[in-house]
Amino acid sequence: MAVSEITVEEVAAERNEPSHRRALRDWICRKPLGAAGAFVVLFFIFLAAVAELITVYDPVANSFESMHVPPGAAHWFGTDQFGRDILTRIIFGARTALLVGFLASVVGSTLGLVLGVTSAYFGGRFDLIFQRIMDVFMSFPLIIMALAVVSIFGTGIQNVILAITIPFIPRCARVVRSSALAVREIPYVDAARTLGFVHTRIILRHMVPNVMAPYLIMLTTFMGQAILLEASLSYLGLGVQEPTPAWGLMLQGGAEEYAESAPWIPIFPGLAITTAVFAFNLFGDALRDTLDPRLRSE
Amino acid sequence: MKAMRWKTVIALALIAVFAIFAAGSASAAPKKGGVLKFVVGSKIPSYDAHVETTFGMIHPIRPFYSLLIRVNPNNPSSPTDFVCDVCEGSIPTPTEESTKYTFKIRDNIWFHDGQKLTAADVKATYDKIISPPKGVVSARKAFYTMVESVTAPDKNTLVFKLKYPSGAFVPALASPFNFIYRKADLDKHGYTWHKKNVNGTGAFRFVQHKPGAFVEGKRYAKYHHKGKPYLDGFRAISAPKMSIRLQAIRGGRASIEFRGFPPKARDDLKKALGGKLKVQESDWNCNLMITPNSKRAPFNDARVRRALTLAVDRWGGSKYLSRIAIVKTVGGIVFPKHPFAATKAELQKIAGYWPDINKSRAEAKRLLKAAGVDLSKTYIFNNRGVDQPYRVVGTWLIDQWRKVGLKFKQEVKPSPAFYDSLRKKKDWHVSIDFNCQSVINPLVDVSKFLSNDVSGSQHAQYQDRTMDKLYDQMNREADPAKQREIMRKYEKRALDTMAHQFVTLWWYKINPHRSDVKGWKIAPSHYLNQSLDQVWLDQ
Amino acid sequence: MYKYILKRILLMIPTIVGAAVIVFFLLRAIPGDVCELRMAGSGLYADPEAIKICQQNLGIDQPLYIQFFDFVWGFMTFDLGESMWTGKSITEEIGLRFELSLQVAIMATLTATVIAIPLGTISAIKQDTWVDYVVRIFSIAGIAMPSFWLGILIILGLLIATQKVTGTPWMPPIEYTPIWVDPFANLSQLVWPAMATGYRYSAVATRMTRSALLEVLREDYVRTARAKGLFEKLIINRHALKNAMLPVTTVIGLEFAFLMGGLVVTEQVFNLNGLGKLFVESVLNSDYTVTQSLVMLVAVVFILTNFVIDILYAWLDPRIRYA
Repeated sequence: MAVSEITVEEVAAERNEPSHRRALRDWICRKPLGAAGAFVVLFFIFLAAVAELITVYDPVANSFESMHVPPGAAHWFGTDQFGRDILTRIIFGARTALLVGFLASVVGSTLGLVLGVTSAYFGGRFDLIFQRIMDVFMSFPLIIMALAVVSIFGTGIQNVILAITIPFIPRCARVVRSSALAVREIPYVDAARTLGFVHTRIILRHMVPNVMAPYLIMLTTFMGQAILLEASLSYLGLGVQEPTPAWGLMLQGGAEEYAESAPWIPIFPGLAITTAVFAFNLFGDALRDTLDPRLRSE
Repeated sequence: MKAMRWKTVIALALIAVFAIFAAGSASAAPKKGGVLKFVVGSKIPSYDAHVETTFGMIHPIRPFYSLLIRVNPNNPSSPTDFVCDVCEGSIPTPTEESTKYTFKIRDNIWFHDGQKLTAADVKATYDKIISPPKGVVSARKAFYTMVESVTAPDKNTLVFKLKYPSGAFVPALASPFNFIYRKADLDKHGYTWHKKNVNGTGAFRFVQHKPGAFVEGKRYAKYHHKGKPYLDGFRAISAPKMSIRLQAIRGGRASIEFRGFPPKARDDLKKALGGKLKVQESDWNCNLMITPNSKRAPFNDARVRRALTLAVDRWGGSKYLSRIAIVKTVGGIVFPKHPFAATKAELQKIAGYWPDINKSRAEAKRLLKAAGVDLSKTYIFNNRGVDQPYRVVGTWLIDQWRKVGLKFKQEVKPSPAFYDSLRKKKDWHVSIDFNCQSVINPLVDVSKFLSNDVSGSQHAQYQDRTMDKLYDQMNREADPAKQREIMRKYEKRALDTMAHQFVTLWWYKINPHRSDVKGWKIAPSHYLNQSLDQVWLDQ
Repeated sequence: MYKYILKRILLMIPTIVGAAVIVFFLLRAIPGDVCELRMAGSGLYADPEAIKICQQNLGIDQPLYIQFFDFVWGFMTFDLGESMWTGKSITEEIGLRFELSLQVAIMATLTATVIAIPLGTISAIKQDTWVDYVVRIFSIAGIAMPSFWLGILIILGLLIATQKVTGTPWMPPIEYTPIWVDPFANLSQLVWPAMATGYRYSAVATRMTRSALLEVLREDYVRTARAKGLFEKLIINRHALKNAMLPVTTVIGLEFAFLMGGLVVTEQVFNLNGLGKLFVESVLNSDYTVTQSLVMLVAVVFILTNFVIDILYAWLDPRIRYA
């Protein structure tokens, strides 16, 4: 497989085409599902970025003249119990979802990366103690940990991000550490150490780049999980709070109570969550296949 | 004294009206048998009603016990109609300048363990409520500060001696939390035994309780109200989510829920069940309040607080918000159906109740500008993590304030954390507060507007001695017409002149139930009329 | 081997102690307590003296270290104490819910296994064909869909469908009946949540089966078997699947442990009186004793499951023991 990649680049170089563009095209052909996922993610990012420009309704203002309007020409996805346009709230909700998804997963897995690599690099007693601490955090299910954090610090978007980030750290650290353990044994790390480089430099220059694959895989997995967790917390009433538009929040309370007469209220936000997480997972899977040689398809 | 007579007149009038009404409708004789299934939205703490404050305990446990007096189960909507439960005859007229109440205790009452009830049991119960021994909790002790002593001179006589005459005494006796316990149980097992054990004289006997699932009761054959109860038993099923409770009624898993649903839910049920559904509605002795933090800028400025209330369109909310929340009635500080409550004309003179909302909001904006409020800032609005009606009303309020340019961030907290913030931390600019009582007793209920060092339940942190003085004056006044007049002054000062705290909308109780549930009448509180001895199933 | 097991057991101790410390202090950091909730319930006058007595009775006015030692001592002597909210013994409170959670977990696991193993196998064998894509989309959708949303849709669908067909709406029972009392009532309540969670769970297991099998199929001995001309079916059944089962079993085992304490959201949707609902309620009520016991229970189950898995791996792969 490694051989074929080199060939691709050589061919690209011969045709005088920028190699990365060529590689991208190649990747899309080999991983159509992953590419589709990436496209949907980009679409959601686009929606979130230009939400104000493409919507006509106010996402938070109550409008009691149009409560529980079924989907139609004026409101494509209908309106909720406060008369707010559901499509508008889904588009603005993408902002909340992506913010939570990106921040929680990037911060969580990056901290995990740093901790995992450091632990593997120093090894010995430090590693042992560190591993036990990680074990402790891992022994609580994700949602339980998140619930506790939100109960302490209160609800609201920053705290939700915090609540989701904390349980991600040990999960990423553990995976990264096991890869880093292998890297540590590679002679050039030893060489660097005998040359007397400072630890920080060795860790950053030599170890970290070699564990980018598991790091990126965890990162993409976390994005989907973070969006789901945010939805679960909001559904329990402990997540993002009204009137902020957020998908999980839209499934809660009135959405459920009036589900029989106004099924559009719970259906569309649920679809939005599913689509977004689905897309993140498709993309993540394709990335995993590409980066993790053991699973790479021939 | 005059107050009592006045109340009796009202009560008699209401009874007369009811009698005519009942004569017309009481065509079907109650049928015996059947098990009533109902859903309860809150969790059962302990079984000891003297300690607890939640309806989650009242609904499943109240049928096991009796009270000294209770709200008339045939006329529960009246705020002044009380009848005897374990006492005999009618509510006694006080003697010795309205300070002595002598109750006759019935001779035909047995506890579920077979022992006879005497006046000594009732005395022991009230001693536990009014003057509990050290280390024993009594949640509503403060309601009985007027009581000097409780005595039982013989087996069938119970005497309350008051320190001073008080119109608040009889309604306080009717509290649904005052379960009658057996003296021997208290003596032998101690004061905490009733937290986990049941031995009452109510219409039903305790069978079992599966925590988090259900409470089961069966008919008590020796119940002292002859011929009752009609049901063979009941099953109180725990269902914390409103959507489940709704679907349970719709899908026939339960026949009734005793707290209340929003109108939209009622309409959905009606559409699905048609004639199989009956709906009872009533004003509700609960309201949500807006409590500005008077120690925190900019809400330490009365102009800003006035703007807060001026921005809220109560008349509009009553029309629209009431479709999706369990609130509806526009009212002042007194329960809207009580004679002491302000009329519509009187209300419309108070800030926030003006008939023209545009004028009201323009004034709000002017006041905000005059006070120099920073409108670019986002203020903190503290709310409780309960959907109906707290979060729905909260979301509505934030939108109302947005219309005059005030931005709020809603911080919703689980109940214990909410209380902690509300009562101690004060880490908010404006908070939801609530006042939700069982027996309608305006003289007690409006104590929430007193200075914080006097009231003990006022969390806006203001001190206003004029309010305290008016309150004292009102309590000492014997003439109800004059009392009402002082109440108007008290109300105007709290809601408008000083703009201390505000009432949003009063709750509105809607109980849609399967039409085969008969004999249960809606009360203005979800705590009241829950002994279930009158209920029967038409099957 | 014994030395390795001993080492692993010793390593479990600090983890459990750490978990106890964290859960204890996390709970105490949540503002408000159970007594305030009890007394301030009606919004009028909460007697500060009553609140104080209540706190004294529950021992939550004691210094933290004393409370902590009480908790640890109780946990070590298997005396979990009483719920601060109901006053009932925690063993009883948990036992009551355990039955239901266990049954849902078993049913969901069965659903998941029945779906996952054949699907994962087909997907691996037919890698990169349309079959593979369909299976992968099906399984990724399972992970992407919030199971509580699926639950809402199931209840909604049942109510609407039964109303259309029979004229009277039908919803699953909201009360739990043990399976030996009335199997029909029991199953008609629990089948739906088992489906909603089983789907998500099967998605995880399908993916694991697929990738584990793919890895094994590339191993030398499978190539040898193929070279020997053995039938493809035999290779898959006899050699590949058997060896791929270890990671799959691991995932199923971990998910099972997770389900026991982790049906936190789905139980809300279906009004199941399980451990997850108890957990949410006790956190929201600041019922320290119940929350502590539950979290410790889940943590210990997790740690033990991990321990068993590690031992199993070490037993199968001697290299691990000496690493």
